[in-house]
Amino acid sequence: MAIRDRKSGNAAVAYAMKQINPDVVGAFPITPSTEIPEYFSKYVADGQVDTEFIAVESEHSAMSTCIGASAAGARAMTATSSAGLAYMWELLYVAASSRLPITMAVVNRALTGPININNDHSDSMGARDSGWIQIYAETNQEVYDNFIQAVIISERCRIPIMVCQDGFITSHGVSNIELIEDEKVKEFVGEYEPENYLLKAENPLAVGPYGTSPYYMEIKREQAQAMKDSMPVILDVAKKFESMTGRKYRFFEEYMMDDADVALVVMGSSAGTGKEAVDRLRAEGKKVGLIKLRVFRPFPRRPLAAAMCKVKAVAIMDKAESFSNSGGPLFNEARSSLYDLPDKPYAVNYIYGLGGRDIRVEDFYDIYKDLYVICENDDPGDVYRYLGVRDSRYTTEEQRMMEEEYKPGAARSYGMDKQAYEV
Amino acid sequence: MAYDLKKEVSKKDRLAGGHRLCAGCGAGITVRAVLRALDAEDKAVITNATSCLEVSTFMYPYTAYEDSYIHSAFENAAATTSGVEAAYKVLKRKGKVKENFKFITFGGDGGTYDIGLQSLSGALERGHDMVYVCYDNEAYMNTGIQRSSSTPRFADATTSPAGNDLPGKIQNKKDLTLIVAAHGVPYAAQTTLFGNMKDLHEKARKAIYTKGANFLNVLSPCPRGWGYNSEDLALMCKLAVETCVWPMYEIEDGVWRLTYEPKKKLPVEEFLSKQGRFSHMFKPGNEWTIEATQKYVDQKWDELLKRCGDSEK
Repeated sequence: MAIRDRKSGNAAVAYAMKQINPDVVGAFPITPSTEIPEYFSKYVADGQVDTEFIAVESEHSAMSTCIGASAAGARAMTATSSAGLAYMWELLYVAASSRLPITMAVVNRALTGPININNDHSDSMGARDSGWIQIYAETNQEVYDNFIQAVIISERCRIPIMVCQDGFITSHGVSNIELIEDEKVKEFVGEYEPENYLLKAENPLAVGPYGTSPYYMEIKREQAQAMKDSMPVILDVAKKFESMTGRKYRFFEEYMMDDADVALVVMGSSAGTGKEAVDRLRAEGKKVGLIKLRVFRPFPRRPLAAAMCKVKAVAIMDKAESFSNSGGPLFNEARSSLYDLPDKPYAVNYIYGLGGRDIRVEDFYDIYKDLYVICENDDPGDVYRYLGVRDSRYTTEEQRMMEEEYKPGAARSYGMDKQAYEV
Repeated sequence: MAYDLKKEVSKKDRLAGGHRLCAGCGAGITVRAVLRALDAEDKAVITNATSCLEVSTFMYPYTAYEDSYIHSAFENAAATTSGVEAAYKVLKRKGKVKENFKFITFGGDGGTYDIGLQSLSGALERGHDMVYVCYDNEAYMNTGIQRSSSTPRFADATTSPAGNDLPGKIQNKKDLTLIVAAHGVPYAAQTTLFGNMKDLHEKARKAIYTKGANFLNVLSPCPRGWGYNSEDLALMCKLAVETCVWPMYEIEDGVWRLTYEPKKKLPVEEFLSKQGRFSHMFKPGNEWTIEATQKYVDQKWDELLKRCGDSEK
């Protein structure tokens, strides 16, 4: 029988870690992920796990100890947020290229500049090209379920994995949760039995070579292949998890998409608010839908493009800026995945929720309204938009003229100007 | 058992020949000498900070190490070893690993005195059962002889060049062994490739077989960075010791002990004059640099004698 309980997202991760009983956890406190090593070290202190817990002096060393432990043959885990993840940046690439299956709970928080402790996705988006699998969660239940699945996805693919959840929103928000029995979790994750590892006495191993040009590119190609090959593994693990718990996970969730005219693509806890907006608009007879992306790395470009193609216009929501002057990271990848399709929807981008800026059901109404305007006008306007921001600077006349000059076809720019935000 | 050089060098090398270190480089000799102190039946995992040593001994697909080896990055060797050692503890407890392993980390002075100091300090404070060996060649040699905090005052390095206004590096060398000792580690020592290497061997054995996070600082000259002929490596080490530029001592459970005292302390010129990096100090008008060096060496030596004397009391 599944166990009904109430837990915050952080407590749920720590509890999953206790059930998995990893060999080594190296961690350093940073808001809002701090509770994870706190709760976990209590399990260690109470003798409830066999883990060597290393209270390191920095996140840099947290990831370094995980790299050492994983290479040595241990199941290794850590947790972090924001600047902590940024401080690990170099080692993220080391872990991925050394093909070390490390599981990391990322409690998403804005990166500093200015310092801010609240949620957005700038931290994990900054690490999106480091070669790690990234899975995002809407609810505490999903965080818990994703974390348990992550361990074996990572080990089967030999790719490290980030299990992301929204700082404070799910990490500290307590909600109902269905926990899995200890023995079932234990059986599900099994024992970690790597083929080669540093402590295999009969066959010494060397890890982390100087990779000269004749080899470096093949190593990167292998990583890319492993990321591609992880797609069926993620689905397989999800299906096994589903038969254990009845809870269904895929690359993304489609919400009211079958007959939808317009839709959102969103990651993390905002999907819950978005679904509420969908429900209310549906009650008014508006055919709106929502796609909640769960797996960002590997990017499920074909299935996601197929899902987006069900509608006439789609708003892709980024909780991170990339300062590319052409939209956020999710937008660019999602929109690019549409390119080869002959009959594609309009796709626009909303940068939202930075540094914990609240997003309300009403904000989603506005986006859906925008999408209907786009359909009506048969014109996406400026695709790069901000949501819920005040006092912004807009496109100058000079910039507008430059854009006109380079634009093929008719003039239709109303984007980085005030109008776009007041639709 | 008495130290016997012939017997020691007849042991199977755990660092194979054919690595790509320069002739006359101290690093390879330091590594080989430290690994010789391991009991033959003991396994080891060697960690390496990014360095000349790393790029010269583990160039894919070749490794010069007979033992397991891990390189992760420049600044995190001690933390990486911490993870390996923690894994060993738990896997041994679970019966997944049966053999005895020792954990030895090698970093240059750049990876130890500077960019890896935090990682080292963390590992020392946590007390992992490991040895950190700094092969100190007093500059960032791998990137082309830039100054480090280990570079001695007045040395000409590519980011502290001797010029018309500046006489090489402005600051004195950081006293890392003292900093390590302040962590209260079970064992820390300074040594170099001196004489028949008995001193290095005995200190390496103590560092490896004393439980806890232990530290060896091994002056390991670099012919390119120091400007000496490759056959003079042993001479460089000898002069560093005989001038008291590089004193040999150990700290065992807080007790400081001098392990070699020169019969007659040589003037620093004997050490300085043999190296290209100090050649500008011998130009007319720069006499003061040699005086300042001598004064500093004397002061540090007196401090050390006092520490060793205080320990004896």
